[in-house]
Amino acid sequence: MEKEIALLHRADFEFSHIFYFCRKGFEAIVEDEVTQRFSSEELLSWNLLTRTNVNFHYISLRLTVVWVIGVIVRYCFLLPLRFTLAAIGITSMIVGTTVVGQLPNGSVKNYLSEVVHLTCSRILVRALSGTIHYHNKENRPQKGGICVANHTSPIDAIILTNDGCYAMVGQVHGGLMGVIQRATVKACPHVWFERSEIKDRHLVTKRLREHVADKSKLPILIFPEGTCINNTSVMMFKKGSFEIGGTIYPVAIKYDPQFGDAFWNSSKYNIVSYLLRIMTSWAIVCNVWYLPPMVRKEDEDAVKFANRVRSAIARQGGLTELPWDGGLKRAKVKDTFKEEQQKNYSKMLVRNGSVGSLSAETESD
Amino acid sequence: KMFSDTAFVRDESQEDITTEHSVSHSQITRLYSRFTSLDKGENGTLSREDFQRIPELAINPLGDRIINAFFPEGEDQVNFRGFMRTLAHFRPIEDNEKSKDQNGPEPLNSRSNKLHFAFRLYDLDKDDKISRDELLQVLRMMVGVNISDEQLGSIADRTIQEADQDGDSAISFAEFVKVLEKVDVEQKMSIRFLH
Repeated sequence: MEKEIALLHRADFEFSHIFYFCRKGFEAIVEDEVTQRFSSEELLSWNLLTRTNVNFHYISLRLTVVWVIGVIVRYCFLLPLRFTLAAIGITSMIVGTTVVGQLPNGSVKNYLSEVVHLTCSRILVRALSGTIHYHNKENRPQKGGICVANHTSPIDAIILTNDGCYAMVGQVHGGLMGVIQRATVKACPHVWFERSEIKDRHLVTKRLREHVADKSKLPILIFPEGTCINNTSVMMFKKGSFEIGGTIYPVAIKYDPQFGDAFWNSSKYNIVSYLLRIMTSWAIVCNVWYLPPMVRKEDEDAVKFANRVRSAIARQGGLTELPWDGGLKRAKVKDTFKEEQQKNYSKMLVRNGSVGSLSAETESD
Repeated sequence: KMFSDTAFVRDESQEDITTEHSVSHSQITRLYSRFTSLDKGENGTLSREDFQRIPELAINPLGDRIINAFFPEGEDQVNFRGFMRTLAHFRPIEDNEKSKDQNGPEPLNSRSNKLHFAFRLYDLDKDDKISRDELLQVLRMMVGVNISDEQLGSIADRTIQEADQDGDSAISFAEFVKVLEKVDVEQKMSIRFLH
């Protein structure tokens, strides 16, 4: 009898339908896929750094002693050493590129610029006690191409420039960073944007397009996520980088969290405390995979292409993929997503022919 | 102690919560860790904004109602105790509990209490009845703009008609329970606390 009534009426709402949304809501409250990406990965076993000690308890006196020794080694020995190296590296970079910048444009200048950039990068990587394994070097980005990589930290750029020369893309900063930017752009055509220019997407795309069209120019380095993610997953790639054209050289970067946490949680730490934490870790150990180049297919739009590149990077690096925007670190989620959920539920309710996942959940006859 | 646990876990009240809700020590630690990571203001309580920062919850059509369930009447902040109390409704029912002694207070995750929780999501004015308007409100939240007022109205009418037994055009808790007697509430209103 009930079944007949259900057939007669087109819609069949049940009180139990809210159970589905309820359960989904509570599951998200207990653990959700997105917010965990904006804080450091939890370790399975402790690596003797207090900062990763959130879940671990006091175990024994011996461990405490080891930890204290670790603190002394890291803060009193490693830190000053690394700081000195970093200072040398940065100074050399500024001085070196300014000097090279005085030369007339030509192959000599380009060669020297590469030497300076590479050398200073290597000094800086030593300053972080970086141990980097590069895989598939034959796929290294070529001139006139675009290199895209997943983003975990400002150090990503140094990790990559340790093994090759790139034209950096970014916003002009003040302070020490600004000095470095102004010096390096004299030697090598990095693409620095003023704050006002960055808002104009067409301008940005145009400048990048011009750079890429010049096949003699170094490949540009872009991080399409737009923000730092904690290296357990790759979030949405902004399509802008994929509209420029040219060949994309995807790169996957995976840090080993046992030796140090490379993730920059910019809402929790400013850049100075971040660098301090990095320089008092054991080391920065990471793997870099150069993936085969990709180009946009004829019938593919920028978004699909971006997702294809993202999948390749995620697969190689052993990271999960999330369709969510990294911007959710700070911004609210768009209403369109909720509207989509509502639309799906409505479809199921009036049985337009599309059987959503809800029907399996709420089957009660 | 060099590596002290968080202040909460050392608090005696942790024992209360463990026994009150039959949650294991590791589950509490995990949920407390989650609580603190959601607590951006770091003041030991969660506000509605803290919940809304979870994208998967923000896009849930019933998100606002679910968040409201955590906050007692007129309050804007919920502490860890309150957080656990609401979450406890969704703890799965273990097999060994079904035969527990009936003399103790009913656990929050009993079938009856789970149903009560769901009932309260509908019954906004807390008069122990789900009126047509209250049902329409929930329906509207779930379908958004995709169904007309008329059609939604007739869906509500039919639903109430089918469940209403005493003819007052509203659904009491008893009628609610009766309508859902064949539904596996225990499974549908439970989540895993540990992975």
